[in-house]
Amino acid sequence: MTVTVKDKTELFSPQICAEIDRWIAKYPAEWKQSAVMGALMIVQDDNGGWLTTELMDRVADYLDMPPIAVYEVATFYSMYELKPVGKHKICVCTNVSCMTNKSDLIVEHLEKKLGISFGEVTEDGRFSMKEVECLGACGGAPMMQIGKQYYENLTPEIVDAILEGLE
Amino acid sequence: MTDKLVTFEVNGQELQAEAGSMLIEATDAAGINIPRFCYHKKLSIAANCRMCLVEVEKVPKPLPACATPVTEGMKVYTRSPKALAAQKGTMEFLLINHPLDCPICDQGGECELQDVAIGYGRDVSRYSEGKRVVADKNIGPLIATDMTRCIHCTRCVRFGEEIAGIREMGATGRGEHMVIGTYIEKSVDSEMSGNIIDLCPVGALTSKPFRFNARAWELTQVEAIAPHDSLGSNLNLHLRGNKVMRVHPKDNESINETWISDRDRFSYEGLYSSDRLTSPMVKKGGEWKEVSWEMALEMAAASLKEIGDGDQIGTLISPTSTLEELYLAQKLMRGLGCNNIDSRLRQGDFRMDATQNSVHWLGSTLSDMDQMQTVFVVGGNIRKEQPILAHRLRKAALNGAKLHYLNPIQIDLNHSGEQDICTPGEMAGRLAAVAKAAGVKASGGAASLLNAAQADESAKQTAANLKAADGALVMLGAMAQAHPDYALLHTIAAALAEATGAQLSILPASANSVGAQLAGAVPHLQAGGSVADHAGLDTLQMLKMPRKGYLLLGVEPGRDFWNGSLSMSALQSADLVVAISAFRSPELEECADILLPMAIFTETSGTYVNAEGRWQQSRGVVRPQGESRPGWKILRVLGNLTDQAGFDYTDSQQIHDEIHQLCESATLDNKQAAPQNLEPQLSADGLLRGGDTPLYACDPLVRRATALQQTQDAGSDTIRLHPEEAARLGLDGSDTALVKQNGNQIDLPLQLDERIPQGCVWISTSLARTSTLGQPFGEVTVEKA
Amino acid sequence: MVNEVCLRTLDLERPWLMEQYQSRGGYEVLKQVLSEKRAPEDIIEEVKKSGLRGRGGAGFPTGLKWSFISRNAPGQKYVVCNSDEGEPGTFKDRDILRYNPHQLIEGMILAGYAIGATRGYNYIRGEFWEPYERFEQALQEAREAGFLGDNLLGSGFDFELHTHLGGGAYICGEETALLESIEGKKGQPRYKPPFPAHFGLYGRPTIINNTESLASIPMILEKGGEWFADIGVKNSGGSKLFSISGNINNPGVFEIPMGTPFSELLEMAGGMKDGRKIKAVIPGGSSAPVIPGEQMMDLNMDYDSIAGAGSMLGSGAVIVLDDTNCMVKTLERMSYFYHEESCGQCTPCREGTGWLYRVVHRIETGQGRQEDLDLLDDVADKISGKTICALGDAAALPVQGMLRHYRDEFQYHIDHKRCMVGAG
Repeated sequence: MTVTVKDKTELFSPQICAEIDRWIAKYPAEWKQSAVMGALMIVQDDNGGWLTTELMDRVADYLDMPPIAVYEVATFYSMYELKPVGKHKICVCTNVSCMTNKSDLIVEHLEKKLGISFGEVTEDGRFSMKEVECLGACGGAPMMQIGKQYYENLTPEIVDAILEGLE
Repeated sequence: MTDKLVTFEVNGQELQAEAGSMLIEATDAAGINIPRFCYHKKLSIAANCRMCLVEVEKVPKPLPACATPVTEGMKVYTRSPKALAAQKGTMEFLLINHPLDCPICDQGGECELQDVAIGYGRDVSRYSEGKRVVADKNIGPLIATDMTRCIHCTRCVRFGEEIAGIREMGATGRGEHMVIGTYIEKSVDSEMSGNIIDLCPVGALTSKPFRFNARAWELTQVEAIAPHDSLGSNLNLHLRGNKVMRVHPKDNESINETWISDRDRFSYEGLYSSDRLTSPMVKKGGEWKEVSWEMALEMAAASLKEIGDGDQIGTLISPTSTLEELYLAQKLMRGLGCNNIDSRLRQGDFRMDATQNSVHWLGSTLSDMDQMQTVFVVGGNIRKEQPILAHRLRKAALNGAKLHYLNPIQIDLNHSGEQDICTPGEMAGRLAAVAKAAGVKASGGAASLLNAAQADESAKQTAANLKAADGALVMLGAMAQAHPDYALLHTIAAALAEATGAQLSILPASANSVGAQLAGAVPHLQAGGSVADHAGLDTLQMLKMPRKGYLLLGVEPGRDFWNGSLSMSALQSADLVVAISAFRSPELEECADILLPMAIFTETSGTYVNAEGRWQQSRGVVRPQGESRPGWKILRVLGNLTDQAGFDYTDSQQIHDEIHQLCESATLDNKQAAPQNLEPQLSADGLLRGGDTPLYACDPLVRRATALQQTQDAGSDTIRLHPEEAARLGLDGSDTALVKQNGNQIDLPLQLDERIPQGCVWISTSLARTSTLGQPFGEVTVEKA
Repeated sequence: MVNEVCLRTLDLERPWLMEQYQSRGGYEVLKQVLSEKRAPEDIIEEVKKSGLRGRGGAGFPTGLKWSFISRNAPGQKYVVCNSDEGEPGTFKDRDILRYNPHQLIEGMILAGYAIGATRGYNYIRGEFWEPYERFEQALQEAREAGFLGDNLLGSGFDFELHTHLGGGAYICGEETALLESIEGKKGQPRYKPPFPAHFGLYGRPTIINNTESLASIPMILEKGGEWFADIGVKNSGGSKLFSISGNINNPGVFEIPMGTPFSELLEMAGGMKDGRKIKAVIPGGSSAPVIPGEQMMDLNMDYDSIAGAGSMLGSGAVIVLDDTNCMVKTLERMSYFYHEESCGQCTPCREGTGWLYRVVHRIETGQGRQEDLDLLDDVADKISGKTICALGDAAALPVQGMLRHYRDEFQYHIDHKRCMVGAG
């Protein structure tokens, strides 16, 4: 007789499994681990934008990785969040080109408007703010990213309009 | 890489080394010191600490000696202004975030950072900012963490991945915030985990049991041989006064390389257990009374003689005893007309004894293990039996060897390998299938099994890999030897080995399992390893047919035996039990009449013959505790008191020499004639118990090592079974169940475990409660508690 | 000679679509190479002739890099594109991915053909979601058109191409960190040698090139290496994308010939904002040492001219700063970046970048000490050249550059505990 092993498809919903499998398919069969970054992002998006240890453990199981190897990846790359974030994660670039184009005013405006600072989440859980390094859109400085979307050439007024347009 | 030698120059000195080898290997060999932290000869090259930067002529930047291959004509300067500037720069960076808490750090005095800082550091720090502080996680009972001291060399991380084969430690976060650790609160469970204490160049990972107990400079170092498994790993004991404070590995490339198992590292704690027997004792009217040595020895000698018929005595000796103890015990007892002598306390079937005429052994040298191309392990969880041997098998697997396992439980492998898992009752049949695939003809004792066997794909693959290999082993592990049909497994394995050109390996279980055969501490072989003139009873017979008297040496009733309850009932019913022991236990006190306190490991000199037949001697380096005496001295006096000639030794070396002479023509050979008519003793049907001896339950010393007993590998008094089996038995949802075996019963917690085959319940042996049951493999019932 | 190579389709409507790209002759050179079974050695020769140097920042000759691969070695080989654009000030590859993804795909297929690789990965930084979607869409179109997959256009040559998305780490722009990242690990650079040409992705021979480099290949093969080389100047063949940002009126990406005077580039970018005076230029991404504005006005945008001024052309990211900028604050922000982005592997970078940042921060906040300037120089020197990858150097260079040209400004901060900009 053989001993049954844990059914991997029970680790995530069929839809999430299918999405992770799409990443796995991109790499050589013996390099499932290559899909870890994609898998973590999928699982994070599905969990309101952040990763729990349990979710990381599941990703490890799904990809046959030691959990510590998944923690290493999740803690190394800045786009993975290990604490809850707002429904809308506002990432503001403050690097040189943005700084010289007054990104500090954008930050101040956001702080005043939302009542939070970098690393914090609004009480209603709608917004969180994060200081980020250069996002490669210096031509549109000052800029920010909310979710997957870039917003460039910001002024406080434009920021207001953007936030109003969000659900 | 080629074998070509290149010539180059270091600090003006001409050196030669293999082309492609790293500069640091050459300078180490030549005794030229280059400071380093991340480099370790047994680990992959990380080149991350940047401490070993040296100047190489015509190269503008300093290069790390650990990652720079030597080339012809290269000119290297390890202490030029440029090299020193680079080294000092790195040192300064390493120290800015180091707490410099040397006065309260256990590593103080033997710290690589401290040592190098003296040569390369500055006296005043230019760093005036706040230092990094890292919160510690508890990683278990063996290793203490102070990660604020960590210098991120990643040796511990690489050890886990490359040597232990399980990634438990990692480097999470990045940049200055990178932290070495487990990330989550989690114990490090590798059976070799303690090696990271040695690898850590600073005081970030230190020994938890040793913590704050001594300073390095108070310790003296002496050599010893590890007394548990059959490797005979070389140790350095660190003593303060008369006490063993800790144990480190001593490099021996052909045995333990630079590692030791956690068992060998931490078992010393058991030496200082409050269970130590420190004076001779005699039971009078059910009460234990301390008596003088003289009185105890005279009583023991007289009572043994009084039994009259030597065949009415059983002699049971621990296989972790020294060669001298094993030899003298059997010499003493054979002199009293007692041939019932055995040290194979956990073996389940002795039918092979009839045709054995040589000493069984590993079947290979330890260093050849790494080179095997196929290893088929039958009934063995080598990692949890003999960790350093498992490390060699893992190296073979990493070199591309095919490893196959046939076991009654799915085991955790740390290398690639195929596992065939079946119930204990099916094992012989499955092994026969592999033999059949290899073309073994049905004959001899296993004929009917071979006839019935069907070679499936997995059996064919195993057979094919054995055949194809240049260097292959069929290895019988501890679970095979504990099997009631060990004779069948052995016979089929031998035939399989023969048919495929593989070597048969009979993994010696304990430190002196090979030595015991050479010493004649088995019923069928006499000293020198030849067939005994008068074969006596084996362990099982001695217990099944209780004797009037017993001599026990280093043995604990119940927990050291294949069938714990049988051992208790046989010893309890005896008129006389003389026990030479280092420890007291309730079971021993219940059975014994005379207790003679014995010095053990570190307190007595003696010889261990390891799995490959290597003789290694250990000295007594600390005084025996209380009034305890070395076993050989106790046995010598008993010899004198029973009026036997040839017991006039003045030191243990004389005994060693006597045995050595007797063994001159001894051969280590696993070949023997197959016994006829081997009827299966374990039925293939019905619910069967399976059981292993947990890693830290194997002998009295380890069982008293407190830190080891807090680890996973200490095992647990539980019933493990497959969820579907639990459902079938109506136990789903129950927390405990009642288990009955051979008329004994206990209730134990239930644990669902998919690694256990259906039709089987797993109950480890040798634990406090499970040792009151019967044998590890046998019929059993489990019902609602 | 503007927008002749990578941005040649920019004037089209929806230039990222296959049909648009093909309307300008896209994929023609690939078809020609495949149908004529052009010798791979020829292709590598042509790339060498073009003088194309790595556009990611290091400036290593692309053709030479390709020639390191042993084309006929058995087993899998890989082409990897580095679209992990993260050097502060750089935003050119984003435009290639968004507006001309097909030319990159065509370039990668040609690179694969040249080195005998049948698989490629484009590593796009994780934040670039829009460029990622554009590129994925283009991959889909290319697959449907038979430019990707098995037996391309019946030639017998197979090539499959996938995207790998980053997760937010500047260090993955370093080629071996990028390979580690594709392998599902932390992006920690590997010690070299071995170089990727021998031991690359999954331990196989691999070439890694920047997006712009690979996207330049189709035009080099279509019009010839010489044509490309002639666009530029000696040692700096071709045209190049410059990302120009800062205090200017019209920041953006400009594809212009190598050797174009900086003053012309500045003019294209609309000149200084609010008519302010140019104070300083960081000419090649934030790792490039700063050059005073006046000096910069006399330099040309090519490797040698910028190197002659003690800096580097890098990725062609030009950050223009006017006289309202405090150089201490600017360096503080840059040092914070390297401190944030150090992978943590090598001691000097892991410990030294934080040290640099803290000292500059101290000076910026009026806590500076007289010995701090020498300390900064010394710490930068102890990091420089002592690490596995170039991030250590990248962290040290801006410090050294700033102290070289603006030491007085730092001294003022220390002496007066405030900034001289706007103080006068």
